[in-house]
Amino acid sequence: MHFYTYDGSFEGLLTVVFEAFERKAWPTGIEPGHLAQPSMFGEHIAVVTDEEKAGRVWQGLQKKLSIHAQQALYHTYLWEQPGFEQTIFDYIRLVFSSTQSIEGHYTAPCVLQVQQAAKQVHREKHRMEAFVRFQKTADELYYATISPDFNVLPLIVRHFEKRYANQRWVIYDTNRRYGAYYDLSRVSLVNLELPPHQRIIPLAPEARDVQEDSYQQLWQVYFSSVNIPERKNPKLHLRHMPKRYWKYLSEKQPRALR
Amino acid sequence: MESRLIEKLSILADAAKYDVSCSSSGGKRRNENKGLGNAEGMGICHSYTEDGRCVSLLKILLTNHCIYDCAYCVTRKSNDVKRAAFTVQEVVDLTINFYRRNYIEGLFLSSGIFKNADYTMERLVRVAKKLRQEHKFNGYIHLKTIPGASEELIKEAGLYADRLSVNIELPSEMSLQQLAPEKSYKEVLEPMGSIRQQLAQASEEKKLFKSAPSFAPAGQSTQLIVGASAENDHQILQLSSQLYKDYSLKRVYYSGYVPISSDSRLPIMADPPIIRENRIYQADWLMRFYGFEAKEIVDEQHPHLDLDIDPKLGWALRHRHVFPVEVNTADYELLLRVPGIGIKSAQKIVSARRFAQLNFEHLRQMGVVLKRAKYFITCQTKSLQRQDVESELIRRKILFGEGSVRSALLKQQLDLFKQVG
Repeated sequence: MHFYTYDGSFEGLLTVVFEAFERKAWPTGIEPGHLAQPSMFGEHIAVVTDEEKAGRVWQGLQKKLSIHAQQALYHTYLWEQPGFEQTIFDYIRLVFSSTQSIEGHYTAPCVLQVQQAAKQVHREKHRMEAFVRFQKTADELYYATISPDFNVLPLIVRHFEKRYANQRWVIYDTNRRYGAYYDLSRVSLVNLELPPHQRIIPLAPEARDVQEDSYQQLWQVYFSSVNIPERKNPKLHLRHMPKRYWKYLSEKQPRALR
Repeated sequence: MESRLIEKLSILADAAKYDVSCSSSGGKRRNENKGLGNAEGMGICHSYTEDGRCVSLLKILLTNHCIYDCAYCVTRKSNDVKRAAFTVQEVVDLTINFYRRNYIEGLFLSSGIFKNADYTMERLVRVAKKLRQEHKFNGYIHLKTIPGASEELIKEAGLYADRLSVNIELPSEMSLQQLAPEKSYKEVLEPMGSIRQQLAQASEEKKLFKSAPSFAPAGQSTQLIVGASAENDHQILQLSSQLYKDYSLKRVYYSGYVPISSDSRLPIMADPPIIRENRIYQADWLMRFYGFEAKEIVDEQHPHLDLDIDPKLGWALRHRHVFPVEVNTADYELLLRVPGIGIKSAQKIVSARRFAQLNFEHLRQMGVVLKRAKYFITCQTKSLQRQDVESELIRRKILFGEGSVRSALLKQQLDLFKQVG
């Protein structure tokens, strides 16, 4: 039995793959170091991330997988659900042990799992692209917070960079405690000092652009006016817009008194 | 700005909401000028109304003043409603500021007809032009083409808009004459034909010169109102099938008539025909993505879609001799015809069976709805059904049996349907 620990990074996970192949010691468990539970049995291997080793694994994969499948594998990493490391490992092992492409081999559990994880991540990415709501600050920064189910911030940056090329913006993941900031030329990662467990960071009234409240109100008015009460269908409404996303949406907040 | 602008927005959004098109996909406008917005590829629904419809665009009328008196329309001249009109600048500011906050994908601008068609169309074009040229706006713009507007104006509209649409509204010329005597099919089909021609021409030019100006890259669409006039589903689907073929439309939208008017020319109804509208959309999907012909779905002998079951299941129950199909060998086109197998799962099946023989558990994991599919497939010659089941029984089992609960909405509508019929 071989228990691997790594630093939680994608490169770290690929290094684990490299080490396991090197030793022919297939993992019983793979976990980030800080989560690992000590166990009395088996061998514990603490893998130190090595960019060169990770690079060699990735290059090997690039030769055997389409771009689409490479992305799906990376999305499975961002999926972060229990057991994702093992799924990724099994997938990579299957790739290297087959002479033909394994894409579409959905009867193999790891292939189906990667496809399904990638689909969930992709859907969350799309939802974030839809449900992010920027507030304009007094110094013309467009500011939004998110707390997505999966770690999709790295995947949505490109979309917002292309779309809002001429405005400064920041999107902050309050769960994972990091954000992306665009300064009109490039995007960089940022960290804010925040009290733990703070999910929504409201903008102080004086920090808001003078027109911000008006536009939020206009949007609320618009949202109410396009509804057709004769067709009310709460089930469908919730299916498209589950309640856990409402916290982002200004149109679902209580109306200010006029 | 406040209260006056708020009032205008609520009036002119309310008046535009019966136009169901909300698509924001298919644009090819990339942000290459460090401008605002990017409309390549996929559309995005930024919100959903409480009736479950997507909110993708700022959908408003420029004005709800109108010289026409179409019975089905909330904006008709004789209707006693509050009237309002935006200025060009107000629409531009709303669009830009909503877009910058990621509320919308762009603008869908329509209008009541004031003075005449050209006068109205000219103002719609002016909004789009201003957004593109002064604000370097690359978001999505959908402009309504006003029937009767000149060809030059339509041509100019296509330069700035991603999509143009002209609404047929009623599924036959006769109904149009009854309910909208000032309009005619000719007036609607003419701009549609002219847009089709411009689209074809622009795509030819694009082949020769990459820099040729594009014309409404997301194509054109139209809308039919369902239930305001007497046409049956067969007539409606024949018409849309013809529109897809003859006018290369991207979409035909169907709008279940919401009783907004007590005009004596209209049928009396309590609720909009939501289920019927849904079945027509399903049929439309079958025609566009599943390789069905309109006449396979409904014909003169069976002119109505079954409200209880979806049209694909309906077709399968009428064509039992085609089934069961063997999942491990059947053509993709045939798999698509199996109830419970959608496009995604059909694709997965075709790709997975290159590696291994599939069994029912594999199918379930790939997302096939076995509850429906099991009556129509075999897996390695095995069936989940012990003996042949009659179509009528399958229908009942899928509708009521084995834990399937009918939605409250469906029940309501069916009860209503029984009362009327």
